[in-house]
Amino acid sequence: MKLRTLPILFILLLAAYVVLVAVAELPPYGMSGNPVQNQVSEGYIENAWEETGVLNMITAIVLDYRAYDTMFETIVLFTAVLAVIITLKTTEKEGGGK
Amino acid sequence: MGFTAVDYGTMVMLLILVVASLAMYFIKDLLHAVIVYGAYTLIMALVWLQMNTPDIAITEAAAGIAMTVLMMVVISRTARKED
Amino acid sequence: MRDFILKRVAALLLPFIQMYGLYVILHGHVSPGGSFAGGIVVGLAFIAFTTIYGLERGRAKVPEKVTTLVESYGTLWYGMMGMVGVFKGAPFLANKMAGIDLGELGALSSGGLIGLIGLGVGIRVASTMITLFFTMMEEEP
Repeated sequence: MKLRTLPILFILLLAAYVVLVAVAELPPYGMSGNPVQNQVSEGYIENAWEETGVLNMITAIVLDYRAYDTMFETIVLFTAVLAVIITLKTTEKEGGGK
Repeated sequence: MGFTAVDYGTMVMLLILVVASLAMYFIKDLLHAVIVYGAYTLIMALVWLQMNTPDIAITEAAAGIAMTVLMMVVISRTARKED
Repeated sequence: MRDFILKRVAALLLPFIQMYGLYVILHGHVSPGGSFAGGIVVGLAFIAFTTIYGLERGRAKVPEKVTTLVESYGTLWYGMMGMVGVFKGAPFLANKMAGIDLGELGALSSGGLIGLIGLGVGIRVASTMITLFFTMMEEEP
């Protein structure tokens, strides 16, 4: 038991070192030259008001540009509720099961 | 080292987040862990607000409180202590 | 829980909480917020009512038939709003391409189908929260 803890600790520290090096290489938060600010977000910011007529840009993306994703998000919610009801509902109507 | 938009108040809040997540793992009483999760959610909503995303702040506050309530219901139906 | 102070405070506060939730749902496209957050707030108002006033009175406010109907037809409402575009000769879930008048920017009636879709999603999320809570509470411990 004691013998196995040291290699595990070593592997964990190595993984933490890799993650920290990767984080240190990230560009600063919120700068204009970051790779996140490409032409996709630029296109949304420039065209969202004319193409959707909605002031809140997040709603414009969630419910207009990506409306198909949101539809299946609601179906996922429906499936979750279905699973909970099937698992937990114990009351049986008359003439239901045996 | 360079410009960052994360000021010292946000850094303190992020540290509180780390401490709260570790505390949730180590606390054995599940009800206390859920209470710590409520505090975690509040601080997380403040961090989102600090980063200029009020949309996600509102959603985080509402969904976090909903999760806290549902977890408390589950605890009231099952055992409170871990093991 | 049958506490007198809790009941009075809830009777004073819960209408405003519900109004806030409906406001967040209806103004999801002009101000911060959205249908998911507003729906959760509306559902939490009902959950708070049930925890304070008891399971029977909470169930009388939201019968099982209502939650079942909203659960089933809320998802279908989204699909029907998408079919509006198909019937007008545009892709599924099209808004401006279907030729719908978008209205003035920033008004409550702007956005065409987006407000209607948001209303449906908000009511559905509220019903999801209520259904989860009642299913867990009515189960035998």
